[in-house]
Amino acid sequence: MLEIQNIAKTFNMGTVNEKKALQGLSLTLQDGDFVTVIGGNGAGKSTMLNAIAGVWPVDEGKIIIAGNDITSLPEYKRAAFLGRVFQDPMNGTAADMNIEENLALALRRGSRRTLKLGINKTERKLYYDTLSRLGLGLQGRMTSKVGLLSGGQRQALTLLMATLKQPKLLLLDEHTAALDPKTAKKVLDLTQEMVEKQHLTALMVTHNMKDAIQIGNRLIMMHEGRIIYDVAGEEKKKLQVEDLLRKFEEASGEEFANDRMMLAK
Amino acid sequence: MISLMNALPGAVAQGLIWGIMAIGVYITYRVLDIADLTVDGSLGTGGAVCIMLMLSGHNVWVSMAGALLAGMLAGMATGLLHTFMGIPAILSGILTQLGLYSVNLKTMGKANQAINVDKFDLLVSLRFIKGVPFFQNTILVVALLLILLIGILYWFFGTELGCSLRATGCNDKMARAQGINTDFNRVLGLMLSNGLVAFAGALLSQYQGFADINMGRGAIVIGLAAVIIGEAVFGRIFRNFALRLLAVGFGSIIYYLVLQVVIWMGIDTDLLKLLSAAVVAVFLGIPTWKGRYMSRAGKRR
Repeated sequence: MLEIQNIAKTFNMGTVNEKKALQGLSLTLQDGDFVTVIGGNGAGKSTMLNAIAGVWPVDEGKIIIAGNDITSLPEYKRAAFLGRVFQDPMNGTAADMNIEENLALALRRGSRRTLKLGINKTERKLYYDTLSRLGLGLQGRMTSKVGLLSGGQRQALTLLMATLKQPKLLLLDEHTAALDPKTAKKVLDLTQEMVEKQHLTALMVTHNMKDAIQIGNRLIMMHEGRIIYDVAGEEKKKLQVEDLLRKFEEASGEEFANDRMMLAK
Repeated sequence: MISLMNALPGAVAQGLIWGIMAIGVYITYRVLDIADLTVDGSLGTGGAVCIMLMLSGHNVWVSMAGALLAGMLAGMATGLLHTFMGIPAILSGILTQLGLYSVNLKTMGKANQAINVDKFDLLVSLRFIKGVPFFQNTILVVALLLILLIGILYWFFGTELGCSLRATGCNDKMARAQGINTDFNRVLGLMLSNGLVAFAGALLSQYQGFADINMGRGAIVIGLAAVIIGEAVFGRIFRNFALRLLAVGFGSIIYYLVLQVVIWMGIDTDLLKLLSAAVVAVFLGIPTWKGRYMSRAGKRR
């Protein structure tokens, strides 16, 4: 489904702030893979997701989704293949537009925006039903501005928007990190449910090692812009947080340097 | 008092014309979240193109369509400077505005071109305020145009494309993630806005009977004033998008009525621009002040 071949990205090249964010990273995802991504601060987790999404072009390498080489496509064109949820709940929705308008924008991901009505009756029914299944009571507030929702509600809505039109690949960039533990759990459960129901292929960056072990069928650990550990199936299920820490020290020769991760284990 | 009463219909007519211009400003300032300074130039472009086309024998509607197109081109220039060349929006507008000064001068051949209301078939004029059949009355004509334009914009911003434009202004990161070409939308929004502004310029030049190289000076401030007054007065009752555009039109009328009263009270007219700038500055500052001094904790940030 996704094939990343040897991509590299350096920020601020040639300056004192030069940062080699990705260094020859390769990764292949099979159809239906749900991969959790962990790593220390600045390991390149978010950078990898941004490279796939096309926030900026990569310096080297190739990115292929479902047989389409998207390496040179601009961000808005790649969106046809991707569903994205960001860390900041404010980023995924348009605050000044109402709930149904946001969903209508998401339903048209990948199609041309024409002069047809931006939202029609039949799709309102669809939104009502999908929101009802979310169980947050949002179906009764479809004409409320999204800016009035809580962070958790907005994140749940963003998740819904990312999957409303089935994406080839779902990119989740620490999408529960800014939520309180209870809401985070809810959004995480919802994520699993959606991925399972639609058999989505997904990449989920997380700072919670327990989540990383429990969720999905594959786990990758990143360090200095590369993948240093890649585990799937039965072996992944048997992992312990301590194993991950040891693996990290082995592979990188350093102590695990992500405070948030240490605290969250 | 009588002189004031006599001046009021003219103030309303001018307010309506500037209301169309202010709706253009609303599109960039509120919908796209860009402060577009192109308008100071494109208003004059609209006036110049309209008058020159009419002087060369074109029909008034053709001339106004020409003005609209010229304004859209000006907006496109700013849009491309901003998106294609990555220049900050405010600077792009200033560059286009400066360039337009030469364009407007070359269009007119000199700094000022008059048009005789008796010899040409104008749509609006300050002579058409009183003593003309009601359907020729400038206030009615411009009011109808304003309502028509609001109707078109209301329809447009409800379409798929219009919604994507609103999303671009609201959260461009989200918009791109939903497959929206934000650069294209910015250019389109700027074209739409400046088209309206130039159209208002075409009306204004007919109304006053001449196009002038300086007619757009400070237009952005008047536009912002209309937007802010409209929101302050009608913001709580006008929620619907069409009504919010209408509020901008009303805001502009209020601005001109107040201006007329201030002039009647005998203020030195040289000071009017300073006064406008000061009033708009204060209103623009209010949200910040509210956040800083009126928050519940009363703490300074």
